[in-house]
Amino acid sequence: MGRLKTIARRTFLIGSAAVVGGVAFGVYTVRKPHVNPLTAGAGEAVLTPYVKITEGGIILITPRADSGQGVYHVQAALIAEELDVDLDQIKADPGPPSPAYWNTALAAEAAEFMVPAAGVMQDMAEGAVNSVMKVIGLQITGGSTTVPDQFEKLRLAGASARETIKALVAEREGVAVTELTTASGNVILPDGQKIPYTSLAADLAGAEVVQDVPLRDPSEWRYLGKPMQRIDMLAKSTGTQDYGIDASVDGMVHATVLMNPAQGGGMSGYDASEALAMRGVTAVVPITGGLGIVADNTWRAFRAAQAINVTWEDPSFPLEQADHWSTLEAAFTPDAQDSQKRDDGDVDTALSDGEVLTAEYRAPYLAHAPLEPVNAIVRVDDDRAEVWTGTQIPRFLQANVSRITGIPADKVTVHVQMMGGSFGHRLEDEVVKQATEIAMQMKGTPVKLTLSREEDMLHDFPRQIAMARMQGKVANGQVEVLDLGIAMPSVVASQLGRQNQSAPGPDSQIVAGAWEQPFAIPHQRVTGYRAQPLAPISSWRSVGASSNGFFYNAALDELIEAAGADPLEERLRLCSDPLARQVLEAVAEMSDWSGIGGMANGSKTGRGVALTKSFGVHCAQVIEVTDTDAGLRIDNVWVAAEVGRVVDPVNFENLVQGGVIYGLGHAMNSEITYAGGVAEQSNFDMNPGMRLHQCPNIFVRGLENGDRVLGIGEPPVPPAAPALAGAIWAVTGTRLREMPFNKMVNFV
Amino acid sequence: MQLRINGTLHEVDVEDDMPLLWVLRDELGLTGTKFGCGIAQCGACTVHLDGVCVRSCQTWAIDAVGAEITTIEGLGTPDLLHTVQAAWLTEQVAQCGYCQSGQMMQAASLLAENPQPTDQEIDDAMSGNLCRCGTYPRIRAAVKRAANLMQEG
Repeated sequence: MGRLKTIARRTFLIGSAAVVGGVAFGVYTVRKPHVNPLTAGAGEAVLTPYVKITEGGIILITPRADSGQGVYHVQAALIAEELDVDLDQIKADPGPPSPAYWNTALAAEAAEFMVPAAGVMQDMAEGAVNSVMKVIGLQITGGSTTVPDQFEKLRLAGASARETIKALVAEREGVAVTELTTASGNVILPDGQKIPYTSLAADLAGAEVVQDVPLRDPSEWRYLGKPMQRIDMLAKSTGTQDYGIDASVDGMVHATVLMNPAQGGGMSGYDASEALAMRGVTAVVPITGGLGIVADNTWRAFRAAQAINVTWEDPSFPLEQADHWSTLEAAFTPDAQDSQKRDDGDVDTALSDGEVLTAEYRAPYLAHAPLEPVNAIVRVDDDRAEVWTGTQIPRFLQANVSRITGIPADKVTVHVQMMGGSFGHRLEDEVVKQATEIAMQMKGTPVKLTLSREEDMLHDFPRQIAMARMQGKVANGQVEVLDLGIAMPSVVASQLGRQNQSAPGPDSQIVAGAWEQPFAIPHQRVTGYRAQPLAPISSWRSVGASSNGFFYNAALDELIEAAGADPLEERLRLCSDPLARQVLEAVAEMSDWSGIGGMANGSKTGRGVALTKSFGVHCAQVIEVTDTDAGLRIDNVWVAAEVGRVVDPVNFENLVQGGVIYGLGHAMNSEITYAGGVAEQSNFDMNPGMRLHQCPNIFVRGLENGDRVLGIGEPPVPPAAPALAGAIWAVTGTRLREMPFNKMVNFV
Repeated sequence: MQLRINGTLHEVDVEDDMPLLWVLRDELGLTGTKFGCGIAQCGACTVHLDGVCVRSCQTWAIDAVGAEITTIEGLGTPDLLHTVQAAWLTEQVAQCGYCQSGQMMQAASLLAENPQPTDQEIDDAMSGNLCRCGTYPRIRAAVKRAANLMQEG
């Protein structure tokens, strides 16, 4: 076997990142600690890459980016718990792009895909992937990994910093370290005298950091596991939180772009004479795939963009939506098979006689559409560049600015801004590349680029389009056979291609949320088919599971109905994982489950249930719908999720409710379709998601039975759509096999 | 033209048809009012003209002349919270928080008009304001909390 092939075999697709060839880097590189990227100014002390003590205050570095999920807060709380500082005493700072902030937990799911069973093999696989992740130094926010990745790392950093501070005081005061305590940012001497950490900043500079400090028992925790006020809540309750779009740099100009509405297509000519004559417009400059319009006010730039005539070229993907679907239809072939990670029993023999049920399911392209349109400020000088933007990928972004400008990456400063939502949208950095290309043409001037909602939505890099085909059988009132094939283009290949990264090997996202579900159906097979690339796509909150959770549960529901069984009881009977069982039992108890109700009981109110394991989290939902004269109304959602430990119950509840609403809203009424190569939906009038009057009561329970601490940003999304579809079936008798559901039914 | 914003008169040199949103954000640096859609579909840019909610992305600057314009900066501050802001803080409504300026302006105007709204009235008044993070359950709770706080005086 040649070298290339060997490397391909060691290639793992990790959520949104491909990592190639672990052992080539050698053990030394893997074991060598990363250099601390923080630099101490005069009178400042840097204790670990996460804690900086200055005379003016305590700065905690929170390198995972905050798009609204509260991770600045959670990361700060993890450090503060061991450092013994109060959350109102600290300043959180996202820190610089650095390999020191690599994301360990992105590896876990990839390892599970490689070696499905937990245990020694999985630990080894995770170890291998982790080593590679560390070498590459991927500083990525995604895959619901912040809490799993940072849960120990940040507490260890806080503990090390605390003990370093105590060691200094012990030596200076001539007392034993064991006689010192710490609280609220003070070292407390045996006589009760308090020494503020900040007063020690100068003395701590250069101190050797105490390592291997044991972590406190959870019973001693002050913050973690208890309701906290998020550190950003006051600013966000008063309109004083600044986002990237609010950033301002002296001397900056305002800009927007006019890109080929058919994403990725070229430009063969333009006439900007009318735009250039408009008030405040200072320049119209060509950039890759379109134009940058520079003005003294964002609105003037928007208006000028509308006055430009451009001749666009066609994109590289099929122009019409029907051809996208037919590409998926054509992908269910052995040649296109990408993975078959589950093949239990003997599916072919089991399906060879008797009545076989079949069904086909579809999930559309979907825009991420966070409410803050994407934006960036970039200033390019001769020998350095500076970027202000909200991003989940600061290191990729830095490399791209370096490549475009020819300026070394270490001379590209990135100031990560608070994000007005993301849902995966800010795993892309086109807006930064565009701003950089404009800024290259006016060196020394900071260019603030803001996209209009239409430019943003037309170029969203939507969620993958996907299709599934099910064959199944039932016997004796039980589900016997489930054979599920799923076809989609590779979201990982599309996304990484834009970062000049290759993604060889199977794409776990094609079957994520389907192949690893905790149901022991005797004959069960899940096959992934990789469709030809279509429109460029990107990770959308819960990625592959966002479509596959619907496919798997919807298929299971049809078989359960055919078996004449109850959808919750049959899921419990089939359940093969004790953690998943407890989640199902929780929603049964919370909802006081007594069947689906609906038409069969002569009732206008009915229920559906679904469970999806995604990102390691089992999340189950029971959804109750009433058929009213004004349309279907979603009344109640009961949701339970197993996360090992709930770090902040308030934030947890908010994120779970938000995830359910994100899943339901898009399943109800949203999609991106293409005509003439252009997305037909360009603003919220055509792509609304859920509005407040449609919002159900959502009852949340976090379970802590597992021994792995897991993130909750994404797992509530996948089960929402299928549980809703089940409830709609109960009250209308209509099987919904395609999202969005408003193609078939009406909602209030 | 002259615009009275949060009690202060500002002289601005802008086109009559520049949306008030962009006068606030780019001309005056009042960035608490957010740009979300530009077509009055999301409510992130909600401000008050003489106490009445408007979408500032669809309000020409010239039409705001002579009115008392109130933005989120004028509703209350971190040191002196408006009742609605206090309720938003207690309920910990925000996730990304980007829509919340508009949500709070909408809620403040609702409660000024109707101090004890029913659930249906809250739904009716707040459904034009999108929250992509899905904080709707907390928005409902915060509006009710604010109504109760106002009742208690």
